[in-house]
Amino acid sequence: MTGSPEIETSAPVGDEMKQTTCYMCACRCGINVHLKTGPDGKQVVRYIEGNRNHPVNKGVLCGKGSAGIMQHYSPARLRAPMKRVGPRGSGQFEEISWDEALEIATGWLGKVRKTDPKKLAFFTGRDQSQSLTGFWAMKYGTPNFAAHGGFCSVNMAAGGLYTFGGAFWEFGDPDWDLTKYFMLFGVAEDHASNPIKIGIGKLKKRGAKVVSVNPVRTGYNAVADEWVGIRPGTDGLFVGALIHELFRTQQIDLDYLVRYTNAPWLVIKDPGAADDGLFARDGDGNPMVWDEAAGAFGNGKAAEIRPALTGTRELPDGCTARPVFELMAERYLGDNYAPEAVAERTGVPTEQIRQIAAELAHVAFKEEIVLDRPWTDWAGRKHDKMIGRPVSMHAMRGISAHSNGFQTCRMIHILQILLGSIDTPGGFRYKPPYPKQTPPNLLPHGAAGDIKPELPLGGPHLGFPHGPEHLLLDGEGQPNRLDKGFSWDAPISAHGLMHMVINNAATKDPYGIDVLFMYMANMAWNSSMNVPGTLDALTAKDDNGDYVIPKIIYSDAYYSETVPFADLILPDTTYLERYDCISLLDRPISEPELVADGIRHPVVKPDRDVRGFQEVLIDLGARLKLPGFVKEDGSPMYPGGYPDYITNHERKPGIGPLAGWRGEDGDKSCVGAPNSDQIDRYIENGAFFGLHLDPSHAYFRFANRGYLDWGIEKGIRLSPEPTIMQLYSEPMQKFRLAALGHGERQPPDRARDRIKTHFDPLPFWYAPFEEQLTTGFPLHAITQRPMHMYHSWGSQNAWLRQITAQNRLYVHTSVGVEIGVQDDDWVWLTSHIGRVKCQIRLMEGVNRHTVWTWNAIGKRRGAWGLSHDAPEVKEGFLLNHLISELLPKGGGGYRYSNSDPLTGQAAWFDLRVKIEKAESAGTSPLFEPLGEDAWPERPETLAFGRQWKEPAE
Amino acid sequence: MTTLPEKTDKSLGLVIDLDICVGCHACVTSCKEWNTGGYSAPLTDQEPYGADPHGAFLNRVHSYEVDNDHWKGTVHFPRSCLHCETPDCVTVCPTGASYKREEDGIVLVNPDTCIGCKLCSWACPYGAREYDYDEGVMKKCTLCVDRIYNETIPEEDRVPACVKACPTGARAFGDLADPNSAVSQNVAARDGFNLLDEFGYKPVNKYLPPRKASDRTPQIAAEPQAETTGSALEKLFAWADRALSR
Repeated sequence: MTGSPEIETSAPVGDEMKQTTCYMCACRCGINVHLKTGPDGKQVVRYIEGNRNHPVNKGVLCGKGSAGIMQHYSPARLRAPMKRVGPRGSGQFEEISWDEALEIATGWLGKVRKTDPKKLAFFTGRDQSQSLTGFWAMKYGTPNFAAHGGFCSVNMAAGGLYTFGGAFWEFGDPDWDLTKYFMLFGVAEDHASNPIKIGIGKLKKRGAKVVSVNPVRTGYNAVADEWVGIRPGTDGLFVGALIHELFRTQQIDLDYLVRYTNAPWLVIKDPGAADDGLFARDGDGNPMVWDEAAGAFGNGKAAEIRPALTGTRELPDGCTARPVFELMAERYLGDNYAPEAVAERTGVPTEQIRQIAAELAHVAFKEEIVLDRPWTDWAGRKHDKMIGRPVSMHAMRGISAHSNGFQTCRMIHILQILLGSIDTPGGFRYKPPYPKQTPPNLLPHGAAGDIKPELPLGGPHLGFPHGPEHLLLDGEGQPNRLDKGFSWDAPISAHGLMHMVINNAATKDPYGIDVLFMYMANMAWNSSMNVPGTLDALTAKDDNGDYVIPKIIYSDAYYSETVPFADLILPDTTYLERYDCISLLDRPISEPELVADGIRHPVVKPDRDVRGFQEVLIDLGARLKLPGFVKEDGSPMYPGGYPDYITNHERKPGIGPLAGWRGEDGDKSCVGAPNSDQIDRYIENGAFFGLHLDPSHAYFRFANRGYLDWGIEKGIRLSPEPTIMQLYSEPMQKFRLAALGHGERQPPDRARDRIKTHFDPLPFWYAPFEEQLTTGFPLHAITQRPMHMYHSWGSQNAWLRQITAQNRLYVHTSVGVEIGVQDDDWVWLTSHIGRVKCQIRLMEGVNRHTVWTWNAIGKRRGAWGLSHDAPEVKEGFLLNHLISELLPKGGGGYRYSNSDPLTGQAAWFDLRVKIEKAESAGTSPLFEPLGEDAWPERPETLAFGRQWKEPAE
Repeated sequence: MTTLPEKTDKSLGLVIDLDICVGCHACVTSCKEWNTGGYSAPLTDQEPYGADPHGAFLNRVHSYEVDNDHWKGTVHFPRSCLHCETPDCVTVCPTGASYKREEDGIVLVNPDTCIGCKLCSWACPYGAREYDYDEGVMKKCTLCVDRIYNETIPEEDRVPACVKACPTGARAFGDLADPNSAVSQNVAARDGFNLLDEFGYKPVNKYLPPRKASDRTPQIAAEPQAETTGSALEKLFAWADRALSR
């Protein structure tokens, strides 16, 4: 038989196409959502594809984004506001009206605000609207606000911002089109998604070399040209050895260092004095250098001088001082950073370290890129070319989630700076509004004196302390924030410590609270360290039988493991049903040559009684009569809800949440009066705005006069001063001096050594804390998210869970032989706080001292609309149960948070374990099922798409 | 049994670059979402929230480690119908439901005449056919026949959904019978290969092997270091102690 039947090849995709922004992870890609009406007359999402014009994804879309339909129609979606009627965890809820829910919330929140605002802890998780949620918390007046950055990437943000005024990922990108040598540190399958995938595709097609530094060879690391299977937590040693080699072979961009960094600045050497280790400064406060041209001291910020990089100088006051460059060279040329000294500990052979260092230097200096593109530097001098050092780097989780992550991150940036590559053609590039100053001129707020009933905070919660004077302490010098952020425990915790909130609240350390208010964070499961301990904290009762955390309000879109532990549920929408604002005030989606922001807008109407969280927050703000949310007459400032706020809110005159189409006629960009048509203009443009930079502003932006001035005009820079890269970080030294007894603000004695050691103004490597404080756990245990579930909860997604419904523990083949296990055998994995039982898979492409698994695949029975015999429940497991939120007792008996001592970043990659064969199958621990009384039956079969095949009635 | 066309006007197919596929599954889910509402609608899923979730996917990615003479590392291997020139999956079909199109070489299943006997899936050595348990018919990659000719979508998007979605650009679509097409040129330049060539089904889809890492390693000429004495630090300072101006 032959013959091809006639088939329809030109059927329209749907009836209508709407463009919005994805929210399956943090990349915020542009999407085209095709809608199609079925025989029942209902419009249903037919197809979601990438928007070709969008700056983030340029038309492509990842595995999550393409499965968005199943996320949107998940049976685990919450349907209406609920109040808890059984004990916490029982899942016994009563559906209530929005009026009742908002009245309850207003009552609870209003009472706290009238008495002691710090008794509200408001923590938002994977929040993409922190400029609104933070503003709300500021107007409410509690010091206790942050989002999830404390357990995500604060080490990367702070490490970069204190060093060069930018950071990996959202604040910068490798020059994908020009770079010739790319190093990827600790990036498994995530952060970012499509932009890195697009970039790696470009590099590989151009023949650029990709080097991956990662204990695990999967995902991006699997396609790298060279894999460095490093031991977790030792990246700082490896990078230090690369720097050692560059110094040893004299392959450093001295001109770049002299022009754009503090390498020549003089550091006072006056041991025991209050100014030891600070910069020598002239009468005007300018840092001093030795000017070879004048044969005298000069202003370190001046142009037209010839600063010396070497030489000890006697200062006018008789003290001596040495340039940063000399101190750095001494540090990294030290024997402890020699390749042969670090090879064993890092697991990277000496020869490989030398070879990579040689290749970096070769590409930077022998394969430089020259663009015939004139530009003017900060001092007004014209240059006819842009010279690039085409080496670039990117780093994420594997660096950030260690207790030495801040200093390691700084070291990676120093490596890039020594090669002269930052923001040069082919190097690592800023994304506007970055660079900022180093550190940014944004200070944290929330010290004891700032907290007053019914009054707002004097400024934003999160910022960048320049010294002990900016810590947020109470009258006794103790933490004023519940999470102990910006205290001596975590002085530069620029993203807060969300991971400590629940446990600190339950132990009333530093104090108890009345209301815990959370958004979009699965803190009763995969977003917490020590899940059993966190569940105990959420359900702990006092002697009267009352919960120690008296009231918990939670907003989520799905029936996650955290919902049953809250008292009041404010159901959020899916990402296709909501407004959102992806703002330059918050987490930008700019590209290196494009200032960009975007929106979400409802492309589908909710079929449930749910509201977008931001909508609800603005409503609550008006009900609580918070300044900024009500007019003078007490009526709501934004009666039109979130879109009204997005359009009309002004943070400063002319500057609001969105940068595009400002001004009454919509003809102004970045700065201009509110425009009532603004959201419509975004929708017409595909839900984003992009403003291209002048090509002469595309590089050297830390010192590019044209860019600096343009930035001020556009409201994205505050100062016309250049950003000077801080190889040596003076704020660190200020904390160290306090620990040495100088200054009015003194740390508690228990903290002195910790601060003295770790606040080194020059980055250094130290062993991760868990390794220092425990013995008997020979293996490192780390996690990564599979690409198709990165930064999202995919387990209720019917398509994604067909790809991964169970996680295995991946173990090096040699370890399998040692303990006598093969694929699919069960093992016990034990840490200093507990053990889990899991099923293994052997592999070669993993550091032999490391085991790893896919994170957040394991689910608790009763959650996410999954059946009780789902593989996620029966075989899936979490390593979270093994990670302590507190370090074991060190000297002095105080238990610090299991975090970076500078930034408070949760150190969940520090985990150490031992492994033993288990005799029986089945995961452990297996928690009691969460109640799901009110839940509808889950479908036995899905036939999505059949509706469009059925003839219309 | 079903006969094949003597020749096809074109040989449309995919070229998949294993050098840059990172195994992200974008092609898997974009295929699923397009096709569950397109020509093959629906691609049903059994136990979608239960113990053994399984459904019809026309494209899947497998990741595994290899260690052989050519290659050592982790491979991400996307697998779908290869639209062979001489496929047994068509010739074994008792009803003519499976057929290869004369105009473009696409292998399709006509759901109206498929009886769900599964002979084709037994015949296919690539495991590329997917039985839809709910519909009782065989499903397979259509090369998005309802996209590539679709005049209602922009011309640049008239490619299979997997090609449009692929973030790394590891997938390309074109006429492999035309030696001058971009895909054919790339296959020639990169030593593209047939999957299980020895079976003789002459797959149209091609795979590009990983490039040699050594091709990308910068060639560094050893340069003699200047003869100076002293420690590394002294040498460095002597070198850095030259006139540098801002």
